[in-house]
Amino acid sequence: MILTKGLIHNYTKKDDEGNTLSVIRALDGVDIEVKAGEFVAILGHNGSGKSTLAKHINALLYPSGGEVWVDGMNTEDAEKLWEIRQRAGMIFQNPDNQIIGQIVEEDVGFGPENLGVPTQEIRERVDESLKAVGMLEYREKSPNRLSGGQKQRVSIAGVIAMHPGCIIMDEPTAMLDPSGRKEVIRAARALNDVERITILLITHYMEEVIYASRVIVMDGGRIAMQGTPREVFSHVEKLKALHLDVPAATELAYILKKNGLALPDGILTKEELAAALKPYFSASGQESEQGEHVNPGREC
Amino acid sequence: MFREITLGQYYQTDSLLHRLDPRVKVAGVFFYIISLFLIDRFAGYLAAGAFLFAAVALSRVPFRYILNGMRPVLFLLSITVLFNLFLTPGEHVLWRFWRLQLTMEGGRFALKMAFRLIFLITASTLMTLTTTPNQMTDALEKLLRPLRRLHVPVHEIAMMMSIALRFIPILTEELDKIQKAQMARGADFESGGLLARVRAMVPLLVPLFIAAFRRANDLAMAMEARCYRGGEGRTRMKPLRYQRRDGVAYLVLILYFAAAAATRAVPF
Repeated sequence: MILTKGLIHNYTKKDDEGNTLSVIRALDGVDIEVKAGEFVAILGHNGSGKSTLAKHINALLYPSGGEVWVDGMNTEDAEKLWEIRQRAGMIFQNPDNQIIGQIVEEDVGFGPENLGVPTQEIRERVDESLKAVGMLEYREKSPNRLSGGQKQRVSIAGVIAMHPGCIIMDEPTAMLDPSGRKEVIRAARALNDVERITILLITHYMEEVIYASRVIVMDGGRIAMQGTPREVFSHVEKLKALHLDVPAATELAYILKKNGLALPDGILTKEELAAALKPYFSASGQESEQGEHVNPGREC
Repeated sequence: MFREITLGQYYQTDSLLHRLDPRVKVAGVFFYIISLFLIDRFAGYLAAGAFLFAAVALSRVPFRYILNGMRPVLFLLSITVLFNLFLTPGEHVLWRFWRLQLTMEGGRFALKMAFRLIFLITASTLMTLTTTPNQMTDALEKLLRPLRRLHVPVHEIAMMMSIALRFIPILTEELDKIQKAQMARGADFESGGLLARVRAMVPLLVPLFIAAFRRANDLAMAMEARCYRGGEGRTRMKPLRYQRRDGVAYLVLILYFAAAAATRAVPF
């Protein structure tokens, strides 16, 4: 589905005469392969190159070196440009800056209109897409009246209506409140589960990563770590060295383990942590009371 | 303070005028305004007034909404009427003071001018009250299509208008936020003379413009990501289609226009 080979990207700053002032290497030899139907999360702190990578997949940026292939098409092939953008949909961070229509359904119809889809089919696609993200009842509303999470779901519907093979989400939840974040992630997971759309989720919220089938950690324009969430989050120290947090449950398990509790590596959720801690609590009633204080404080 | 800015005060209801194709309404207002400047006799203004009254009645828009549309131009209207009333030279002088004179001709002219302006404003207010901004841009894109031959970027202009309309509430909200942030740090927008107040606006506008450019950049990228490449080969989700009632409306419009033009031959 998506393949990058030794992808390099330089941001070049030039002065008025066209002389190069500085070159910043945002991507420095990135090789990734994402297969159809995968849910891949890309993690990294600010400036790690994750957003730059996302823009390459949609042919919004072109490689300074290396290659990007989407569905067997090279992104530098100008003839395939629009097909690539249709196959690889993109969701951006700020929901307000990507909604074009003044009415929800008109915005969702914007992509199919650009593709030249016949009127009747646009209507069908709009209905389907709004249903897929659970926004059908808002179809006639103005986007300005929606919450952040709802706006972002409308954006997702707008991409689905173009029938993409994969959706790249570039920090779609960064500007949302916790409930909006949940809404969006739930919609993304549903698309992956039900519609089998490949999802590439770029984020720095660890709680969103645990549902991914694979996690790629980026640092300084390179891939620093890669694996299932469980594998990646069992290296807590390495993640901290990359200025990344780990999910709250993982962090707590890590601290407890460091202090002598025999817990397994790679605990991701509250539930897993609770299950792993159970033997300690059932041993004596006193400790169980203390345990009550542990969990609510670390709500994630 | 900035929240009140609204553009295109659409009044939502279901009426024949609301259901008419927006192209009919835009063309209708255009030809109505031409007819207002064509007619010259009171019989003509009677016809124009009757036509407008029928349209208002058909629109089911409460009358006070239409009067509200008149408020911002009341000043202009009274100045125009006063100037015409007192500064028109004529033979039948009724009253004279210094350079001001009240003549029969002046009275007649001022009355005509008042009718013209009131009808013109009412007609265009009625159009914005019964047509959503979106329909309006669609209609303009369709009606101005012939200008594409002259390399006028009609589609792009319509797209810009509709995006501008979408961003007005967002930017007003942004401006509100900037203003509150500066008030929290002691900025004063309320006291001082006109000049001081205008000067106080500068620190508001600079961040607003920067934010607007940033948004525009993001939006352009989002549009490209969704395969936007201009008007060529684009289909419409809600294409404008003429119904029978639109044909009837055009016919009525032509009849009115002929009648209005014919009143030039009437003695009054």
